Parts: sequence; structure tokens; C-alpha cells
Amino acid sequence: MSIATLFEIVLAAVVLGLAIWTITVSETYSAAVGFVAYGLLVALIWVRLDAVDVAMTEAAIGGGLGGIVLLGAAARLRESEAMTAERPGRVVRLCAAALSASIAMVLAVAVLILPDPAPTLAPTVISNAGATGLANPVTNVLMAFRAMDTMLEKVVLMLAIVGVWSLASDQAWGGRPGPRHEADPNGVLAFLARLTPPAGIVIGIYLLWTGADHPGGAFQGGAVLASMWLLVIMAGLADTPPVSSRSLRLILVAGPGVFLVVGLGGLCFGPAFLAYPVAFAKPLILGIEVAMTLTIAATLALLLAGAPERSATR
Amino acid sequence: MSIARDIMTIVGVSAGVFFFLAGTIGLLRFPDTLTRLHALTKADNLGLGLVVLGLLPQAGSVRDGLKLISIWMFALLAGATVSQLIARTARQRGPFT
Amino acid sequence: MTEFLTGAVGLILAILALGLVSILRGPGDADRMMAAQLIGTAGIAVLLLLGAVTGVPTAVDVALILALLATFASIAFVKKGLSRLDTDGPG
Repeated sequence: MSIATLFEIVLAAVVLGLAIWTITVSETYSAAVGFVAYGLLVALIWVRLDAVDVAMTEAAIGGGLGGIVLLGAAARLRESEAMTAERPGRVVRLCAAALSASIAMVLAVAVLILPDPAPTLAPTVISNAGATGLANPVTNVLMAFRAMDTMLEKVVLMLAIVGVWSLASDQAWGGRPGPRHEADPNGVLAFLARLTPPAGIVIGIYLLWTGADHPGGAFQGGAVLASMWLLVIMAGLADTPPVSSRSLRLILVAGPGVFLVVGLGGLCFGPAFLAYPVAFAKPLILGIEVAMTLTIAATLALLLAGAPERSATR
Repeated sequence: MSIARDIMTIVGVSAGVFFFLAGTIGLLRFPDTLTRLHALTKADNLGLGLVVLGLLPQAGSVRDGLKLISIWMFALLAGATVSQLIARTARQRGPFT
Repeated sequence: MTEFLTGAVGLILAILALGLVSILRGPGDADRMMAAQLIGTAGIAVLLLLGAVTGVPTAVDVALILALLATFASIAFVKKGLSRLDTDGPG
């Protein structure tokens, strides 16, 4: 057994052990902590599998932004949890166990009956990379070969923010999302929130830019930018913008909007919807990605901030 | 030249692993939250710094080397500030809540 | 060289696992919260070494994201889901 195999076994054992601990622990808050740690560790597995793009997304969403949502929710639920703690009956628990076991079994069977080698379009993607001028195959698939899926994904993000905002009460509509965060302006958190974002913004833009040829891209860059904005908001250094703000809404629709315009341009002047003219493929894709990064950053941060609950003036 | 660089890597990474081990022994042996936090954030950040130092000779370019150092700087900043925040929260709530 | 670095990765992972066991056992939330901090340092070390071993230099970029964002879970912990942070400031 080679030393690399040994390392892989250790990694798999650690992640599996953590997953089992997360499932079996009874307290919600501990389970949330376990899940965040699990998300950070799964990123290591993705790197080991050479799926660095996925590893970046997992580290940013599973470890960073997801951690805020889960731990915040678990902390708020903690008070009510003690009162409403009722154990489900034996039948319910047995049914849940049977359902979970059968889903796991179906997944295992599906993996085992995959033909070897598994059907793949990877060689086709590699051989057509020259058409866009981008070297990262993942970006090629996301932005060119399956651009339609990516565009619809951005529409889904927009629908998600509409869904969160629709939870606002009538009086609060048009106001600022989430509570106004307060912290000592000379404290530790404010210190961190002043020092990190300048470098974090550079890293977010770097991830977007490097996504053309190396792992990275609009979503990873956007997630980093979103977390920097959230850090400043949570430290009380800045307030969330009112949802009636025109510039905010422009940013929120910029990604899918630019995507749609370029797509329709392909339909009018080219052969098909979202067909990029070969000479301008790279600048067009970069333009869409810049708009998408802004949209993703604003959307993710506002999704975490919550529904509008205060008037814009306060 | 390559041998000298490899020796530097081996020394740096080995020392880094040693400090990670020291930090974890502290986690296992120390009695309460504050001392364990101390063991974790101090020893592990030193371990990471030594690993970075050991990997620097293997970096392909100056840019890669600077990236490694900046990662360590971020980890240091995060470790220093977050351990302060966690320690204050732990002290305020008492050790067993 | 590769064998040495791979061995170092395995060792740090094993140390990380040992630390996780000790941290997640508790007793308090603050102890459990250290898990994010532990992975924030040991996980970054693993990623950097992996990048050197496997010749996937972009693993370093993942480490960059982890270094930036591993703090967020801990910040969510000290804020306790509230808007005020009362454990800040001098003291």
C-alpha cells in the first residue's frame, strides 16, 4: 500500500467519522458546528479528486457563508428548543431510518452499476476549448457550452431574494434588511472588519480573473466578496442598503440581465440564442462574468441579511 | 542547490508537524476552555508558519511564495482576533454553558 | 521528497482528527467552536502540502479562501444570532 493511499484512507475516515458524529449528536447547535467543520473538510476531498473549482465553492459556501446561516439559526432556536423538545414516536423513527437506508442503497447501486469507464464528455470539452479562448474547462462549460443552465441559475438566485424579501411586513417594505448590527467600534470584531475586506476584495477579483484559465470564477469570487460585505455589516461598520434603492436593484438584475442581452444578441445577429461570435467570445464571457460576480455578491449577502424589517431612514 | 532546498523543506515541515502535535496534545491535556484555546491558536499558527517556511523553497515563483506568506498572515490575523472573541464569550458564559 | 511531504500530510490529518475528537467532545460550545479554528490552520497546512505533493498548485487558492472564511463560523458563534455583540471592547 503506497503512502498516498494511506493518506486517502485517513482523510476518508476523518470525514466519515465527523459526518457520523454530526448525525448522532442530539443538540442542534453542536450538530451545526459539526456540519460547518464537515464542509471545510470536504473541500480537502475535492482537492484530492482534482475538482478544485468545487473545492473553492464548498469552502466558501459550506464553511463560510453556510456557517453564519446555520449557527445563527441554531443559536436563535436554542431557547425554544428546550420547550418544544418532543421525541418522535418509534414508528416515525423506524420509517425515517428505512427511508434513509433505502436512499443510501439506491445511491450505492447507482454508483456500482456505472459502466467503466463512465460516460464522459470531457474529451469533447477539452478539444473545443479553443473556440472560447478560455483554458479552464469548467468555465468553458459554465459560460459557453451550457451557458443556458448558468443563466437560469442566476434567475433562480433572483427568485430566492424575491422570496426572502416577500417575508417583509407591509410597514417595513422598502426598508433595510435585517437588524442593525452593533459592536464596539474600537473592538476586536471591528478591527477584523477593517483589516480583512481590502485584501478580501482583491482576492475576490483575483478569483474571478483567474477563473478564465485556472479554477475559480464568478461564483467563487462573488461568494468571497459577499462574505467581506457581510463582515463589515456584522461589525456594525456599515448598514444594509434599503431594498427600495434603485442602484441595489440594478446590481441584483445585472447578472441575468447582461446574460439575457448577450443571448438575444446571439439570436438576432448570430445562429442561435447565446451563440457568441468567435472573435468576441472571450470579452463577452468576461463581461457577463463581471456582471454576474456583482449580482452573486449582492444576492448572497442580502439572502443572509434577511427580510426588510426597518424603515430606510432609521 | 536542490539538496539544500530539500533539507530546508524537510526541517521546516517537520518542525511544523511537531508544533501541530504539541497543539493537539495541549487540547487533550489542558483542563479548561481558555487554556485549550491558548494551546490551539498559538501552537497551530506557529506550526502553519513553519510549514509555509518549509514550502517556500519549493515554490515555483516569487508570486507563489508571496501567496503562501499572505495565507499565513490571514491565518494569524484570524487566529488572533477570533481567539479573543471566543475567549471573551466563554468567560462571560462560564466554562460549562 | 514527495513521499516525505505526503507522509507529513497524513500526519497532520491524523493530528487534526485527534484534535477534532477532543474538541467536539465539549463540554461547552466554545470548545466545539474551536473546531473551525483547528481546521482553519491544520486544514490550510494540509492544502498547501497537497498542492506541493500532487502538483495541483491551485490547491493554494482553496487555502486562501479557507484562510479568509474559516473565521466566519466563529463570528456567528460570538454573535449568538443577535445583532448586538456584548463581549467586544476593552475588558
